[in-house]
Amino acid sequence: MDRLLSPTSGKRHLLLGNEAIVRGALEAGLAFATCYPGTPSSEVPDTLYRLRKQYPDKVQYYFEYSTNEKVALECGAGAAVAGLRTLVTMKHVGLNVAADPLMTLAYTGVNAGMVILTADDPSLFSSQNEQDNRFYARLSGMPMLEPSSPSEVKEMTKYAFDLSEELKTPVLLRTTTRVNHAREPVTFGRLGKVKTQGRFVKAPMNYVTVPAVSRNLHLRLLKVYDQAQAISERSPWNRIVGRGKWGVVTSGVSVNYVLDALEELGAKNQIKVLCLGQSWPLPEKKLARFLKSVERVLVVEELEPILENALRAIAQEKDIAVEIVGKSRKHPAKSVDVEPPKFLSRAFEYNPRLVRQTIAKTFGLDYTAPKPVSTKGLPPLPGRPPNLCPGCPHRATYYAVKEVVGSEAIFPTDIGCYTLGLLPPIQMADFLICMGSSVSSAGGLSRATGQKVVAFIGDSTFFHSGITGLVNAVHNNHNFTLVILDNGTTAMTGHQPHPGVDTAKLGDPTTHIDIETLVRGLGVQHVTTIKPLKTRAAIKAIQEAVDYEGVSVVISRELCPLFARRVAPKRYRPFRVVEDKCKGHLDCINKVACPAMYLEDGKAKIDPNLCIGCALCAQICPENAILPVKEAS
Amino acid sequence: MKTQRIVNVGVGGQGNLLASNLLGLAAVDAGVPVMVSEIHGMAQRGGVVESAVILGGATSPIVAEGEADILVSFEPVETMRLLGKCNRDSIVITNLRPLPPFTVAIGMASYPDVEAGLKLVGRRVGRLVAFDGQALAEEAGNPLSLNMVMLGALFASGGLEVPVRAIKKMIRRHTKERFVPSNLKAFDLGFKYAQAA
Repeated sequence: MDRLLSPTSGKRHLLLGNEAIVRGALEAGLAFATCYPGTPSSEVPDTLYRLRKQYPDKVQYYFEYSTNEKVALECGAGAAVAGLRTLVTMKHVGLNVAADPLMTLAYTGVNAGMVILTADDPSLFSSQNEQDNRFYARLSGMPMLEPSSPSEVKEMTKYAFDLSEELKTPVLLRTTTRVNHAREPVTFGRLGKVKTQGRFVKAPMNYVTVPAVSRNLHLRLLKVYDQAQAISERSPWNRIVGRGKWGVVTSGVSVNYVLDALEELGAKNQIKVLCLGQSWPLPEKKLARFLKSVERVLVVEELEPILENALRAIAQEKDIAVEIVGKSRKHPAKSVDVEPPKFLSRAFEYNPRLVRQTIAKTFGLDYTAPKPVSTKGLPPLPGRPPNLCPGCPHRATYYAVKEVVGSEAIFPTDIGCYTLGLLPPIQMADFLICMGSSVSSAGGLSRATGQKVVAFIGDSTFFHSGITGLVNAVHNNHNFTLVILDNGTTAMTGHQPHPGVDTAKLGDPTTHIDIETLVRGLGVQHVTTIKPLKTRAAIKAIQEAVDYEGVSVVISRELCPLFARRVAPKRYRPFRVVEDKCKGHLDCINKVACPAMYLEDGKAKIDPNLCIGCALCAQICPENAILPVKEAS
Repeated sequence: MKTQRIVNVGVGGQGNLLASNLLGLAAVDAGVPVMVSEIHGMAQRGGVVESAVILGGATSPIVAEGEADILVSFEPVETMRLLGKCNRDSIVITNLRPLPPFTVAIGMASYPDVEAGLKLVGRRVGRLVAFDGQALAEEAGNPLSLNMVMLGALFASGGLEVPVRAIKKMIRRHTKERFVPSNLKAFDLGFKYAQAA
């Protein structure tokens, strides 16, 4: 059996932060879980999904991958209002999608513990921005917990359910990549009892947020805030470590950097640290006492100067003469992948060295950091960018579209593996801001420029937030072609199912929704489904779609090969370049650049260990020099 | 207990995360405080994969510039790319077999002279253990066991608090059954090579 389902307490297991969230929820008696996957949150729902599938008799919670984060939160809200302990998970930008229900769910409140995970991504390892979701606690009025490590996130998740139930309001659990994707020994507690049957008690004057109701509910929320603040004042998650005349206030993963630094600087008797785990509402009295007890205080927080500004306000209000040191006014000159920030900046994640040096400098401690080895004189290193996999059908679709419209058309794109179409030689990604923006921005771009516009969106992203944009385009008579890259899965985040997947293949008790039927139902007049690896037919269909005046949709359907290997394995026959037929046009390299291909003495070759026999290159070779290995030999 | 910061770097598919995870599990088994961190996401798509294992009680999950006590690299270009993680006392353990990135394969970039580059590395760090780990993995009967070879070399030259029997126990327990013999052999080959080096 999986260790995460172990009923016994007391044992220590090495857990990923995201697995620790799952264990914490199970210890709290999780009954209902919804999500939309997204790095760095994905292993939470993926683990819940896997456990339920592998051990249907052992787990008692309901779980679903919802269509998007707004849907996940609303569905979860229904369960929590009906009295079930509910977990809703998403990445930071997902909370933007769910912001609408979030704001008013804070008004209605819930009847059982409800925890909303927002996984932030400082330094943008896998995101389109590095927004600071601590603002959402302030915006919505929901309490927020900020764990610093996997073991803490397990305990806090469990606590968050109790806190939520006590306050009858959802609680935000805010992590960052370095908490989600760290592993540490975590001590297990007992599995919680699960209440699986909900009951909804009608109370429209509490739950139907017409203005007359919401005016009262806003007052309720303010009372909840006061209550939550009182709890925060005495919360053990807001703890003081060490002693001394100087202070540091910190939260989240930075807690580790600060505590390690004091150890390494031998400053535990000079500097005390206020670690804020229950970070909203702020324990203002505790903070004021802390400020009064020190001569100088340094605030260490990634991203925005939220705690810093709050501390300045408290000091001003309480007339506390303490020097507060926080973020630099400067911004890093270079992106973090070139050079880590040298001072506490508003951009990018922090690291132990930066924090140690800043503490030493702020308090005048003697310290010299080890000098990084010089990289001068090293040869220029080739980049190793991620790439579409060998045989990826997206590459074939891009090829076919480019054959039809060239590089001059405008290509709004979306979020998924296919965003890698940004890179050469494909270079067919021109505008991207968020999930679903391809479809909607295509309308604006074509109206504004009169140019040919071909937008790309993946199947999961289309269900997530492409549908409303497409309805808008049809209704307002826009003129562009939308290519839906239907690879039958949510490939980028780890092959999660979505409404369009072949549920029979997965053995899931969910209902399949056909994209073509849906698109026709939305009123699109010109719809074609193509097989991207049948190049000639694909080009013809795309040509017709692009020639159509108005909104046309091309559904390019081919399973993600990584996913296919799992659900529908078949034997592949690799291809090879027949040497005496190859005349070195290099179309195969220059136009499709599959990672299975390489150059040797100016001629194209195929690595038979990487080639999966998709035959795209074979179809575009002007000399027909690429043949399956068997026929060629 | 002294803190030891270990950075593992490799290319998607080389088993770098498994190596860090096994070391983490072995540390837990041996009662050594441990924190492991990883960057997920693009691993399946040919990108660089980096992970860190911090032994001995520090709780920060990442290793900053100049602060790796040990850099274990599965690919020579990645060794050079991460040189800035090291200081003059660092131990660098590297596989010498190149895995040219796709940009090189299609002629958009060129693969550097590994020997000259690593000579520079060797002069600047405390100790360089460089060898064809891929050959040892093949000798062990499983080309995918490079991660075990590198773990073996790490245990031979890293002066870790975690005993060899703990990591072997985790290899037995947490790698696929049919690969256990070749994994253990690969570990031993890496260990022996680094011990003699």
